[in-house]
Amino acid sequence: MTFEPLAYVLIAVIGLFGVGLYGLLTVRNLIKVVVALQILAKSALLALVAAGYAGGVVQLGQSIAVTLIVADTIVAVVGLALAVQVRRRMGTLDVSALSSLKG
Amino acid sequence: MIQLFLAAAAIGCAVQAIRAGRLLASALWLAGVSAIVALSFSLMGAAQVAVIELSVGAGLVTVLFVFSIGIAGDETIDARSVVPRLVALVLGLGSSALVALFILPEAATRTPTSEPAFAKVLWEIRGPDVMLQLALIFSGVLGVLSLLTEGEAPSHPSVMVREVPKELAELTEMALEGERR
Repeated sequence: MTFEPLAYVLIAVIGLFGVGLYGLLTVRNLIKVVVALQILAKSALLALVAAGYAGGVVQLGQSIAVTLIVADTIVAVVGLALAVQVRRRMGTLDVSALSSLKG
Repeated sequence: MIQLFLAAAAIGCAVQAIRAGRLLASALWLAGVSAIVALSFSLMGAAQVAVIELSVGAGLVTVLFVFSIGIAGDETIDARSVVPRLVALVLGLGSSALVALFILPEAATRTPTSEPAFAKVLWEIRGPDVMLQLALIFSGVLGVLSLLTEGEAPSHPSVMVREVPKELAELTEMALEGERR
């Protein structure tokens, strides 16, 4: 019976998704926004591999997960680079302080 | 049973990563989430992606976070969040419930089938994805360059640009004219 382990993995997927979304909505520090995005990406990654496991196509799930890991890492790199440049130019990491683009 | 423990640990680490006051602690909790997710992959038979997640997710990304925090500084922002916490909580729980509604019924259906090896799937069946990854890695390299490059003219008021005194500028011009003659 393989129901229970998979159900627990899916509970982890749901929990990570909820925590990541909550973090994305509440945090104001730019670096923490990237942390919240990473948690959301981990949730999607776990869901992909679990879907491969449930469908009996673990290798296909793995190959898509590798693509997601690369994309996720690039998102982190670009997000952190943006955060560092914002800190250099504006002197703060606070999202609310980035109001120079207001119309 | 171990999957239940891993699920609880992953969610706990994620909560701590969001709640942690210091950015460095937040990055380390995130590394913990990555390590636990990698262990889950390994238990599901996805050993290759577990190794990649452990080395890239828990290793490389954590190093990048620590490096960025070192450059940008560990700034603690205690002000209220942009979205009220109650609204964010309701949205987070509601979205999680929707995800649960769609994916939990799938947990009962597992259909093992035969499939080609990981290398064949990655390089032959999903070849275009690998090409796309090359483009992504190129943009990542540009991101790292941006991380390492100093800003040209910081507009922050704490950075003062000193003006050259008028007398000194006149003396310099006179000296340059004398050299030309």
